Amino acid sequence: MSKGRFGIHGGQYIPETLMNAVLELEEAYEHYKNDPEFNRELTELFNEYAGRPSRLYYAAHMTEDLGGAKVYLKREDLNHTGAHKINNVLGQVLLAKKMGKTRVIAETGAGQHGVATATAAALMGMECEVFMGEEDTKRQALNVYKMKLLGAKVHPVTSGTATLKDAVSETMREWTNRIADTHYVLGSVMGPHPFPTIVRDFQAVISKEIKEQMLEKEGKLPDAVLACVGGGSNAIGTFYHFIEDKEVQLIGCEAAGRGIHTAETAATIATGKLGIFHGMKSYFCQDEYGQIAPVYSISAGLDYPGIGPEHAHLYDTGRAQYVPVTDDEAVDAFEYLSRIEGIIPAIESAHAVAYARKIVPDMRKDQCVVITISGRGDKDCAAIARYRGEDIHE
Amino acid sequence: MNKNIAAAFGKGKAFIPFVTCGDPSLDVTEQIVYAMEEAGADLIELGIPFSDPTAEGPVIQAANVRALGGGVTTDKVFDMVVRIRKKTRIPMVFMTYANVVFSYGTERFIKKASEVGMDGLILPDVPFEEKEEFDSVCKAYGIDLISLIAPTSHERIAMIAKEAEGFVYCVSSLGVTGTRSQITTDIGAMVHLVKAEKQIPCAVGFGISTPQQAAKMAEQSDGAIVGSAIVKLCARYGKDCVPYVKEYVKSMKDAVRNV
Repeated sequence: MSKGRFGIHGGQYIPETLMNAVLELEEAYEHYKNDPEFNRELTELFNEYAGRPSRLYYAAHMTEDLGGAKVYLKREDLNHTGAHKINNVLGQVLLAKKMGKTRVIAETGAGQHGVATATAAALMGMECEVFMGEEDTKRQALNVYKMKLLGAKVHPVTSGTATLKDAVSETMREWTNRIADTHYVLGSVMGPHPFPTIVRDFQAVISKEIKEQMLEKEGKLPDAVLACVGGGSNAIGTFYHFIEDKEVQLIGCEAAGRGIHTAETAATIATGKLGIFHGMKSYFCQDEYGQIAPVYSISAGLDYPGIGPEHAHLYDTGRAQYVPVTDDEAVDAFEYLSRIEGIIPAIESAHAVAYARKIVPDMRKDQCVVITISGRGDKDCAAIARYRGEDIHE
Repeated sequence: MNKNIAAAFGKGKAFIPFVTCGDPSLDVTEQIVYAMEEAGADLIELGIPFSDPTAEGPVIQAANVRALGGGVTTDKVFDMVVRIRKKTRIPMVFMTYANVVFSYGTERFIKKASEVGMDGLILPDVPFEEKEEFDSVCKAYGIDLISLIAPTSHERIAMIAKEAEGFVYCVSSLGVTGTRSQITTDIGAMVHLVKAEKQIPCAVGFGISTPQQAAKMAEQSDGAIVGSAIVKLCARYGKDCVPYVKEYVKSMKDAVRNV
C-alpha cells in the first residue's frame, strides 16, 4: 500500500504526470520540516506577519447566556487576512520558495485561501494564480477584488457545479500543465499525500497554542474542542495536539445546508460514503455509481463533497465525532455571536458556534469548551443580509 | 497478458480511437464502435463518464456532462458492451476514473467487465503506487490494467514498464487531454526506456488530432490514441456523427498503417 495513509484513507490517486511533483514535494518537506532555519523563518512569519499567537478569548457573555461550560474562542479570525488559512499558506509558500519555485497556484472556495495565497505570494515575490468557481466569484466578489489587488490572477471556473470542488479539479489540471516552476498551494487537509500531512502540520499551531493557553488560563485541558469542517484544515489544526489526550472531545461541525435529508447538503460524514477523488481515498458525497454529488451549503468554504483523510480515520476510530449543522442554525449563530460578544464570525465558523449552543447548556460549569473561530465574517455580511431578505450589495 | 490486446498490436502500427459512452446516446456509441472497426481501428477505448474527470480537457469534460445528463450509468454501459460483443471481438478497454470502479465495488466491476468481454482498463488517476488494489483483481479476471507514463516520468519509466500489461499508454505532453498544435516531447526516448525494460507495445495519446501528428507519433511508437478530436465530432454532429467519425478514423488509420 502507498504512502500517506490514515488507516485506509489517504494515498496518492493522481495522474502519473504529477507523481514526480508530489514526490519532490514530499522530499523537500521531509528535509525542511526539521531544518532550524526554515522553522525560524516560519515562526517569524507567524508571529511578526500573521500576528500569532492568536488569542484564546473567554466568552463571558456567551458562557453566562448558555449557563453551562465555560466557553473560550480561539481567535483565528484575528490573523492577518482574517482566517486560519494564512498558517498553511505561509508554510507552503516558504517551502515552495526554498524549492526554487517561482509561481504558486491555488483553489479557493470562499476566497479566504485565495486571498491568503495571494498575500503570501505578494510578500515572498511569487507569481500567483487562483482558481475559483464562478458561482463563488459572485458570492464572494470582494475577495476576488482583494486577490487582484494583491497581484494575483483570478480564473473563474465554469465547469461542473462552478464551486470549490471544480476549483480544485481545475487547479490540479493547471498543475499538470505547468509543473517545473509551479507549486500547488492546496488549501485544506486533502488531496494526494503529502498535502494532508503538510497542511495539518502547518495548521497544528492552533491546537499547540490552545493547549498552552488553556493550561495557563485554566490549569487544565479543555473538555471539548469544536471546529467547522469542510476539507477540515482548521478542524485538524484544532484537534491535532489533543488526539492523544483522550479526555478531550473532538467535535467537527459539517455543513448540512438545508438538512441532511435533502439533496442540498455538504455533510460528508453524515451523508457520504467511501470513495476515491481528488487524489485521496476518503468519504465523499456521491451517487450509487460514484458520481460526485453537487453539494450545497450557504458557506462557500464548506461547500465541498469530501473530507480530509485524517478526519475520515478519526471518524472510523471514534476518536472524533462529526455533526451536521444546517444553514439556518449557522445563520442564527452568526447573528448570536455578533450580538452577544461583538464578534462577527465567518459563516463557516458559525457552524461550530451553532453546535456549541446545543451542547454547552448541558455541560457542567466546571467544564470548558474551545470553539475555533476560523475566520471573520465581514465577507459574509452581504450574503447573510440577503438570506434574511435585506437587499444589500457589497 | 490479454490476448485480444496483444492481437491489436500484431498487424502493424495501431490506431486507437476513444469515445465517451452515451454521448450523445448509448445507441449512437454502439454504432460508433462498429463504424470505427470498419474504418480500421485496432483497439477501442470506451470512456465511462465521470462527474469530475480531472485528467480531461474541456472537450471530454463536456462530453461527460452530456452523457451523464442523458442518464448513462455504469450498468447501462455494461449492457451496451453485451450488445456489442454479440457482433464483434474488436479489442476494447474501458477508460474511466478510480471512483467509478471503486464505488461499483472493485471486484464486482472488474468481474463484470471481464464477463461482458472487455479486455483492459485505463484509470488515469491510479498511478504505479496505487495500482495494486486494482491490478491484483484485474489479473484474476484476465483484464489488463494499462499503465501510463508521462513526459515527467523520467526514472520512473523502468519501474512502471516492468510491471506493465497489455500496452503502455505514453502521455505525449504535459497537461490534460485535448488537441494541440505541437507535441514537443521526445516520444522516441520514452518508448526506448520502456522497451529497454520490457517488450511491450507503446501507444501515444494526448494532443493528437491530425493524420500527420498520428503518423509522426506512430513512427516513434507502436500506435496513436485519439480522443478529443473524435469527441468533437460527436459534439458537433450529435446523433448524425457516425459517418463523420468513421471517415475520420479511416483517415487516421491510413496515416499510421504503413509508417
